[in-house]
Amino acid sequence: MQEQSCQASVDMSRIAAIAARYKDEPDQLMRILLEIQSCCGNSIPREAATIISSITGIPEAKIWGYITFYAMFSDKPRGKHIIRMCKSAPCHIVGAQAVAQAIGDYLGIAPGQTTEDGMFTLEYCECIGMCDTAPAIMINDSAYSGLTPESAVDLIKSFQQGGAE
Amino acid sequence: MIRLTIDGKEVFVNEGATLLDAARKLNIRIPTLCYHPDQEVKANCRICMVEVEGRPGLVPACAFPAREGLKVKTSSPRVRQARWNILELIFAHHSKDCLQCSRNGNCELQTISQEMHFDRDLRYEQAQRGNGKDLSSPSITIDPSKCIACNRCIYACSEIQTVHALARGKRGFNTVISPSYGRKLSESPCVGCGQCVQACPVGALSVRDDRQKVWKMLDNEEKITVVQVAPAVRITIAEALGEDPGVVSTGRLVTALKRLGFARVFDTDFTADLTIMEEGTELIERLTNGGTLPMITSCSPGWIKFCETYYPDLLPHLSTCKSPQGMFGALIKEYFAPRLCKSPQDVFSVSVMPCTAKKFERARTELGRNGYLDIDAVLTVQELARMIDQAGIDFKALPESNFDAPFGLGSGAGEIFGATGGVMEAALRSVYEIVTGEELADIEFKDVRGFEGIKEATVQVGSIPVKVAVAHGLGNARKLMDQIREGKADYQFIEIMACPGGCIGGGGNPIKNWAKMEHRAKAVYDTDRKLPLRKSHQNQAVKRLYDEYLGQPGGHLSHELLHTHYTDRSDLLK
Repeated sequence: MQEQSCQASVDMSRIAAIAARYKDEPDQLMRILLEIQSCCGNSIPREAATIISSITGIPEAKIWGYITFYAMFSDKPRGKHIIRMCKSAPCHIVGAQAVAQAIGDYLGIAPGQTTEDGMFTLEYCECIGMCDTAPAIMINDSAYSGLTPESAVDLIKSFQQGGAE
Repeated sequence: MIRLTIDGKEVFVNEGATLLDAARKLNIRIPTLCYHPDQEVKANCRICMVEVEGRPGLVPACAFPAREGLKVKTSSPRVRQARWNILELIFAHHSKDCLQCSRNGNCELQTISQEMHFDRDLRYEQAQRGNGKDLSSPSITIDPSKCIACNRCIYACSEIQTVHALARGKRGFNTVISPSYGRKLSESPCVGCGQCVQACPVGALSVRDDRQKVWKMLDNEEKITVVQVAPAVRITIAEALGEDPGVVSTGRLVTALKRLGFARVFDTDFTADLTIMEEGTELIERLTNGGTLPMITSCSPGWIKFCETYYPDLLPHLSTCKSPQGMFGALIKEYFAPRLCKSPQDVFSVSVMPCTAKKFERARTELGRNGYLDIDAVLTVQELARMIDQAGIDFKALPESNFDAPFGLGSGAGEIFGATGGVMEAALRSVYEIVTGEELADIEFKDVRGFEGIKEATVQVGSIPVKVAVAHGLGNARKLMDQIREGKADYQFIEIMACPGGCIGGGGNPIKNWAKMEHRAKAVYDTDRKLPLRKSHQNQAVKRLYDEYLGQPGGHLSHELLHTHYTDRSDLLK
């Protein structure tokens, strides 16, 4: 597990530029956060929230509440690729647990953790609507289903080799 | 009017009323937790669920609008079952140390549990919320293990005070109330006003308790322990000890403090009068010599920290006067101690305040010199009430006694410092008479009284029309400060109090609502009316202090002891 993936690489002027585009639209906080998170190591660090707050006038307390309310946002640094494992019942009964275990064992991390090289973060999520081909996971913005422990590990390997994106 | 039926009884309510309002009209009790009479409806605790005929699900009575012809049941088997389940889920998250809790006997969760007579075995294991107590603030303690996530503190901090120190983080079972990014309160923009404590239905937010520090000194024979008592304390201490809101207990309060063992009991009304002399002089000086205007009062430490954090560019507008507590502290260590042939460190100086932010003010290094601070401990009304209780004193039966010389005399002007508009009114009473040399025909400035958020008046002082404004509650202060920043405020003098209603609404008082506040404010003005002395500049004890010791208001020694400076704290937002 590592914590430095984001801080070092965050470009504060870029964050300020994104926030400035929505300066007079505080109701666009969702967009602001999505854009910033995508260029900010998959998280919104406090430095970024402070900048958003000073530009848009939205209190930092509200921004943090928003970030931590939505599962897709994180206030802590995350890996380059986020693996979200469905924890809903249909996936569960067809072996999601074994898939999750295989991925975790292969990467050497537990749910909520990030690999030391900063490449992968493992998370649980609610149903992603692919119950007919369960068990399913998401990696970044794409869904993958009909997984077995072996095919799931192969999938991760393809990300490691840079083949899939 | 809307006609509806609740539990078979017909009731008429106005448009906009909720089922809760309608039920209360019928004296039907519905338990509530997230509901607060002075706040917007949140409907997140769900304890007030009721059944409406024809609707499949239960509805929250605090939020559901009364409509023509509704048939409501507030105690059907379904309702009772649902409420018990909800209560059980709240218990699963609430630590069970009720007997040691500061809100024991005064807790809304305790009260509704008693009323609902929940006696089932708990089915869920206790799950602790948050990561332990936050003891970082000198003013406020957060204990997340007691939080029921009702959001009342968030409303007070964000909507009423616009301080935005507290955030509601995460969701569902993991919800936690804390400053953003899990920081400590001391690292947040918290100003210590304690309005969150006043809003909390349970013991999750409480006044930082400094009783032990004071008990220890009261038992220390080598120290002379003296106490000053703020104007609002005599208004709310009886209420804190179970009497009605608005019962004034000045004489009994002095007796109680003497019984607790304080060597001298002084009246902060005295330094309130002194504040008027200094602040009035400063205002006249600024008005006549082109100083920074509008000048803003500096009595309220929550307001001062708010200004230092959010408006550091406007700090020159603040009066340089210390608060009455601060002035008193300096006098006790520099004037009083030497007269007893004691060193300042041998006198332990306690103040009893309605205010949690005074605990932060106490620790400001500006309020001290040569390595010691002027105030050694601050107790709030809540803590003093506990000490009186602890000492076995029957407050109701106490005889009355008087404050001690040389700081025992205060005027009605000092007394009204406790209510919003009071400092303004006190200042106007004196400034008018000092500038014009004429006696005021009517000393009651009613335009600056009352609970309207921002009050304005123009007072002709000799040849100068003085336009004044009064704001209470930091949300209202923010509106005035934004106007000043934009150059749109043409006032000469502004009074700002951090707490809604002024000091009688301070965070260290017994838990309040606006209905109680009406009684407290009335008590303040009644007390003023009954006092023989009602103007600060006529306080002979203050005059004597100037003659014998301080010299002139605004003079050299006054500046050294009674005035202060401020710090840019905008870093707290970075």
